[in-house]
Amino acid sequence: MYFNEDHNALRATVKRFVDKEINPYVDDWEQSNVPLHDLFKKMGDLGLLGITYDPKYGGQGLDYWFDLVFLEELGHCKADGVPMAIGVQTHMATPAIHEFGSEYLKETYLKPAVAGDMVTAIGVTEPEAGSDVASLLTRAVKDGDSYVINGSKRFITNGCQADYVTLLARTSDDPGYHSFGLFVVPTKTPGFVVNKKLDKMGMRCSDTAELFFDDMRIPAENLIGEEGEGFIIQMKQFQHERFYALPGAYVSARDMIDMTVEYIRQRKVFGKPLIAKQVLRHRLAEWVTQLECLKQLTYHIVRMKMEGLDATREITMGKLFAGDLVFNVAHGCLQMWGGMGYMNETLISRKFRDSRLLSIGGGANEVMLEVIAKLEGF
Amino acid sequence: MNIIVLLKQVPDTETQIKIAPDGKSIVTDDIKWIMNPYDEFGVEEALRIKEKFGGEVTVVGLGPKRVTESIRTALAMGADKGILITDDALEGSDSLAVAKAITAAVKDLDYDLIFTGQRGIDDDMGVVGASVAELLGIPNISLGIKVEISEDQKTVTVNRPVEGQTLVIESSLPALITAQKGLNEPRYASLPGIMKAKRKPLEEKSLADLGLDASEFGTEARKVKILELTPPPERAAGKIIEGETPQEKAAELARLLHEEAKVL
Repeated sequence: MYFNEDHNALRATVKRFVDKEINPYVDDWEQSNVPLHDLFKKMGDLGLLGITYDPKYGGQGLDYWFDLVFLEELGHCKADGVPMAIGVQTHMATPAIHEFGSEYLKETYLKPAVAGDMVTAIGVTEPEAGSDVASLLTRAVKDGDSYVINGSKRFITNGCQADYVTLLARTSDDPGYHSFGLFVVPTKTPGFVVNKKLDKMGMRCSDTAELFFDDMRIPAENLIGEEGEGFIIQMKQFQHERFYALPGAYVSARDMIDMTVEYIRQRKVFGKPLIAKQVLRHRLAEWVTQLECLKQLTYHIVRMKMEGLDATREITMGKLFAGDLVFNVAHGCLQMWGGMGYMNETLISRKFRDSRLLSIGGGANEVMLEVIAKLEGF
Repeated sequence: MNIIVLLKQVPDTETQIKIAPDGKSIVTDDIKWIMNPYDEFGVEEALRIKEKFGGEVTVVGLGPKRVTESIRTALAMGADKGILITDDALEGSDSLAVAKAITAAVKDLDYDLIFTGQRGIDDDMGVVGASVAELLGIPNISLGIKVEISEDQKTVTVNRPVEGQTLVIESSLPALITAQKGLNEPRYASLPGIMKAKRKPLEEKSLADLGLDASEFGTEARKVKILELTPPPERAAGKIIEGETPQEKAAELARLLHEEAKVL
């Protein structure tokens, strides 16, 4: 009903890519890192890193249904840190360059990201500014043809391996939202310091860094859009980031349910398979119902995007709903696995750890609620 | 160098196969169809040869309309054109009839080489490739794991595994080679490739188009008749040997192998 032969062909390619180029390696990557340059180059060669972007910059110029198919299939990765790293490249660090960047920035930074030759990161979060983005302290001061940047960023996905960071910094002390600039910052710039790879509860294969900027001088032409508009541009970019999270959420949760059902079919308690317990079957039925709701909301958002409508409200609702839902499913499935689920050797254990992030990253649930309340005029 | 690749569409290897109520066929309703993996090796090899020597790769499939999707996959990988032999009268044909239809479709094409899988992973007959070669009157080389075209493009050298050894076969061209696992690692259909595939020519041919008599095809005309399909026997549960020490367990294992399995 939603997909044609071309969508199916893309689905087959991404499925195979996940099965052959990602899933066999995730156990190793969880102990180390995803080799992003290698992985992204392979994906760039297949045209997967700029599905909706302008062909002028190596994109495929295709619609959001293709994007959705791509994101759905990435949901089958056996470690959520991998699709997160890919999502940063395709939906978090580059949409603003594509939408608001100068020809120079698109040629120099968007094109290589789409080709998989450059790895990107998005630098918004700081020690003193998480979901409260406007309180960030990193400062960019115009000096002739340059900006001089000082400050730090925290929890930066792909931060250790990135070739550039799309960075939000304060350009004036005026209160309000028109005091920021969004910049493309090459990580080779003197004064750019990667402090360390952070040790996380989940998403362990993801390269998450703490970054410092010490009198880092970048060309003024690396500003995306107008000075003062960085915050607004980043808020728009967040819509892509939050949308990215939805398809993977219901696909990954469905995988958790499927692997759990397989397990509790075999697992015998008091002489019967565990799945014979009505309470468990009903719980599973409730989850798949909720997943269908999330999927349909996501498809509705795709239709809105196709019509060029502003889907901020729906995307925010989706992100809120997805964050709770994947964790509830992970938590509930792990319970059905019992002691086995508590063992690191079972995938559900990793899924449980990885799924905890969704209601925090990309804007916490509480912020999503605040956005919805404001949009509703409450 | 013009190359033809013959491909079959088969149920995905992850499909749960169910036998239909007639006991002679399978339930096809929920099957996900894929290109026969051995044929995919053929497509990849043809593309590599084309990239080296130039020329065109034509993909030929036979079956219902859904086979188009597999032909498109080959086109998305880089093949140039497709031919689908499709006709209601073909339903239920045996391997020889399929080979006859394919031969009719390719005999007048300009080709130097034909690739196909060493067998389809559904029926596991492994007959079509050799039959087509025979009907075309060209050499057939089975189970290729390495294919090399001579610089003058007049001959082909094929490695074929035999009982742990390798048989190296040289042949004149044109020839038909059936592909075995290990020949290559097929590429992915890239997204630009997928979008380009739509614009590549894909012809459909009926039996009448090929000048064939429909009565020689289909279930009734089969020379090989299917009497019955039965599922493989269910695997019996394994047995865990109990014992306090490795010696005790080994002794028990030896006893069971001798007395129960009767293999010692």
